[in-house]
This record gives sequence, structure tokens and C-alpha cells, in this order.
Amino acid sequence: MSVDTATVRHIAKLARLQISDAEVEALVPELNNILGWVEQLGEVDTSGVEPLATVIDQKLRLRDDVIDDGNVRDAVLQNAPDAQHGFFAVPKVIE
Amino acid sequence: MAELTTLTLTQLRDGFRAGDFSAREIADQYNAAVAAARALNAYTVETPEDALACADVADAARRSGELKPLSGIPLGIKDLFATHGVDTTAGSRILTGFKPPYESTVTAKLRAAGAGMLGKLNMDEFAMGSSNETSAYGPVISPWKRNDGGNAALTPGGSSGGSAAAVAAGIAPGVTGTDTGGSIRQPAAFTGITGIKPTYGRCSRWGIVSFASSLDQAGPMSRTVRDCAILLESMCGFDPKDSTSLDAPVPAWEQGLSSDLRGKRIGIPREYRIDGVPDEINAIWDRGIAWLKDAGAEIVEISLPHTKYALPTYYIIAPAEASSNLARYDGVRYGLREVPQGGNLDAMYAATRAAGFGAEVKRRIMIGTYVLSAGFYDAYFTKAQRVRALIKRDFAQAFEKCDLILTPTAPSAAFGLNEKMSDPLAMYLNDVFAVPASLAGLPAMSVPGGLDAQGLPLGLHLIGRELDEQGVLNAGLAIEERAGFTARPEKWW
Repeated sequence: MSVDTATVRHIAKLARLQISDAEVEALVPELNNILGWVEQLGEVDTSGVEPLATVIDQKLRLRDDVIDDGNVRDAVLQNAPDAQHGFFAVPKVIE
Repeated sequence: MAELTTLTLTQLRDGFRAGDFSAREIADQYNAAVAAARALNAYTVETPEDALACADVADAARRSGELKPLSGIPLGIKDLFATHGVDTTAGSRILTGFKPPYESTVTAKLRAAGAGMLGKLNMDEFAMGSSNETSAYGPVISPWKRNDGGNAALTPGGSSGGSAAAVAAGIAPGVTGTDTGGSIRQPAAFTGITGIKPTYGRCSRWGIVSFASSLDQAGPMSRTVRDCAILLESMCGFDPKDSTSLDAPVPAWEQGLSSDLRGKRIGIPREYRIDGVPDEINAIWDRGIAWLKDAGAEIVEISLPHTKYALPTYYIIAPAEASSNLARYDGVRYGLREVPQGGNLDAMYAATRAAGFGAEVKRRIMIGTYVLSAGFYDAYFTKAQRVRALIKRDFAQAFEKCDLILTPTAPSAAFGLNEKMSDPLAMYLNDVFAVPASLAGLPAMSVPGGLDAQGLPLGLHLIGRELDEQGVLNAGLAIEERAGFTARPEKWW
């Protein structure tokens, strides 16, 4: 499998990355180089092997469904690029 | 007054306890050393007042007899750890000015153990890199120089490059690092210091900026194996705030240190003899084998048949997880925001991320997004997870024949800045020996083994069974005692 400029633009859109034409041109060979290299995994017979999701065997815990860190609105907002009236402010979404 | 910055962390702790010097004197000397070493670009933020305030608490604690394990010790903190009210940027422009309103569990534990903070340490952006050159703050310059008179600026390795350089240059007695695919061990090897990545889950990941969550693990870097054992004890422990945190007791690793390896079997994986690796690397490996034999261990040849697939597996899994983790940087809640003239919300996301992320981070987000995208998920991501299972199984089978595994840490000594930046694949190969243990979640450590012909440090790498940090530390101690590595970079900064 190899990527072309259209694929790179599509992936950038999915990744929410604005990229310039020059970056697209540079990324095509770079990504193909890396993807070509990882395709050697195709040589490995993995039939019957379960994909590993948890590297150290343990059950994922669930915490109790309680609010234990509430009332920190101002702390949460203090790093916001734009906070207004106790909310995160963003460019207009609905015209 | 003695030069306190030349002492090991153990010597500092013991000397302070014995009343040979005060915590204030330690902090003063380190603060001065940090300020005098800015040419290394190791610290992104200096916090001398924090180090002094903690020193005063430690001096009072000594008077009242209420000492804690790290009382009097100032540490450098990798800028991947959230520190309350102190800039935490993960080496990225996208987090410029971010001051967390919370403290990471690991640094909170170090503080609770009495440690102070000298500052935040430079690193590859979001820990993606093996040379520190992807940092938005510019690369850390290694304190080491080649002895060829060329005076080239060398990399301290990465991603914990600021951490490694700080210990090697004597501007921190100990530091935190993080390791996703070798980011503690490779820089430790490049700078002639010691660093350990514990079993996945030993250190809480809460408050550490996420890169690849199934791999990320914090660990200490310091001058000696004992120093690392001391720091590791304070860093580890169960944390209900991290769902992958291990609910296991933290052993008294320092107390358990012993370099007597009689009865231990050390595995030498034949697949780690890789073509094209310099002879000096194989020579240091052979010396390591001889040292462990001398410590009483038996050497056995083992096989890790899927070794050659570890790096490609890593370079699917890590970017995939990174692309997901880094989706949170969108200009809404923290960090940079870029809004193109008249742009909508989507345009803001895309412009913010374009302006905030560097080239390597973008490259990995793109790879990760691609391998997770519709139609490719099974071919790449699920396939890589299956191969990861085989790599883990290789280690489990090897540990039926041996107790520990010895390899070189990195395939070369430190290279010059700009020497490999243009070729991402060549850069990725730097972690060829470190990545397999990361994929298997195993404890692993780098210990200095000696110098190469250019006068640069080379590291030896020990991999242990799950939760056997003690075995790793003990074999590290055996190597340390026999290598007699005392070389220090000559001060030029």
C-alpha cells in the first residue's frame, strides 16, 4: 500500500492538521518510506495470535461513579486561550 | 566547602543526614551550577526558589528528627510531568505557557518524600525523538565532546535528553525521565549515566503528558545504580487515578541491592548481534558478559526470534496511540490557539495544530491516523498488536531459560546534532535494542560500560522479568562495580 498526495490530504483532514502544499509533497515519500518499512510485519505468521491490548496482565478497574473533583471551574479555565462567563469560548459554530 | 555537585545522590543524602553540610548548601550549589550551565540548554524553566524552600524544610526536618527519604535532595524534572503552577510544555510550542493546576502523581510522590525541584528539563517534543532535536526549545547540547579535537556539538540522546545531560553535567543529582521506546535508557547510555524504566504500571502515568499510553513509563536517571534504586522507591506505587497502575507493593530496592549473582542465569539473545553495528558495541557487550560471569552468573544463549519486528511494531503502535492522545490539543482548553481570519471552529483546530506541532509530531500523527483509518486498521494496528503479543511471548519463553537478559543499550555512541535529522528511519533505528523490552512492558536499565575510541560513553542494557526490578538493579550494580566507570565530561560550558 502506498500513499499519494490525495491520501495525505485526506489523512491530514482526519487528523485536523492544516498542511501546506510543500508539506504534502514532503510527506508523501516520508510516509511511504515508513509504511514500506513496517509492511515487513506481513512476513510474520500471526494466525491464532490474539492482539495484545494490555501488556501486564491485569483487570482494568472501574472507579466508583461519583464526582470527587468538582467545583474546580476556575482552575479548569485558567489555562484557556479564551474563557468567557465561566465557559471555554470558541469561534462561532452556528451562523 | 566541598564541591557538592560532584557527589552522588546517595552521598548527598548520607552527608546531609550526618550533618556534613546543610540542605541549603546543596540547593545553593546546584542552583548556581544550573545557572552557569545554560549553554547546554538542558533546563527549560529554572526554579531555584523551589529548591531553596524545600531545602529549608529539609534543614528544619533534620533539626526536629523528621527526615524523609529524599530530604535535602533537589531534582530536575522532565518537562513531561505536570508540575503545579510551573510551566509544563512537553517540549512543544502547542503547550506554551501551560501551568497545570495539578501535580503529577510521580512528582507529588517525590515531593512527599522530601525532594525539591531545580527546574524543568528539556526533551523531544511530546517525547517523540531520540536526539532531543525535536524540542520546540532547541536541542540540548551534550556535555560530552569527542576527543578528536573537532568540538562538534553532540546529542545527549532522547527523548529524556535534558534529564541525561543534567545528570552528566552535574547540574542535578537525579532526575525524572520517561521511557516509551527507550527514552530513559538511550540517553543514559549516550551520557554515561544510569537510568531504569520499571515494569509498565509501576509508576503512575497520571499527570504525565501522554504519548503512547500502553508503553509510557516513568523512571529515574542518576549517577549510580544505588541512586536509581533510591529514587525509584519514591516514584513507584499504586495510584487509583491511573487505571493501568499496578496494585503491587513497592519493594525496598536499595536495601535489597547485592552484586552477588551466583545462581543467576544471564541470557544473551543471538538476534541482538545485528549486522552493521560498530565493533565497539559488540566489544562492550562482551566485556559486560565477562563482568557478569565474574559476579557469579552463568551465561546462556537465548533466542528472541521476533526481535527484528519490534521496531516496525513500535512505529505502528506508538504513533497510533499518539494520534489519539494528541487529539486533545485543539486550541480550546489550553495552550496555543490560532484562528485564521474569518475561520470557523474546524479551521481553528487545524490551524492551531499546524502552528503548534513540530515536524516529527506531525509525521507521527499522520502515520497514526493512517494506520487507524477505515480499511487499514486491521492490516496495520491489529497486526502490530498480534506481533506485539509474539514479542512478549518470546521474552516469556526466554525467561524460562534465564533470569535476566544482557544487551548493548544503543547501536552507537552519541552522534552529532544534525547528523541524522534528515532521515526519520535512521533515527528510529537508534532504539533497536531498547524497544522490545518496552513492547513487553519489562523492567530495563542502562548502566555505563566504558568509553569508545572517541572518548564517548557506551551503555549496557539489562532486561528483567515482570516486577523483577531488584534483579535488574543487582546485575546493574555488578556491572557498575566492575566497569569502574568514573569518566566525566570536561567542563566547557
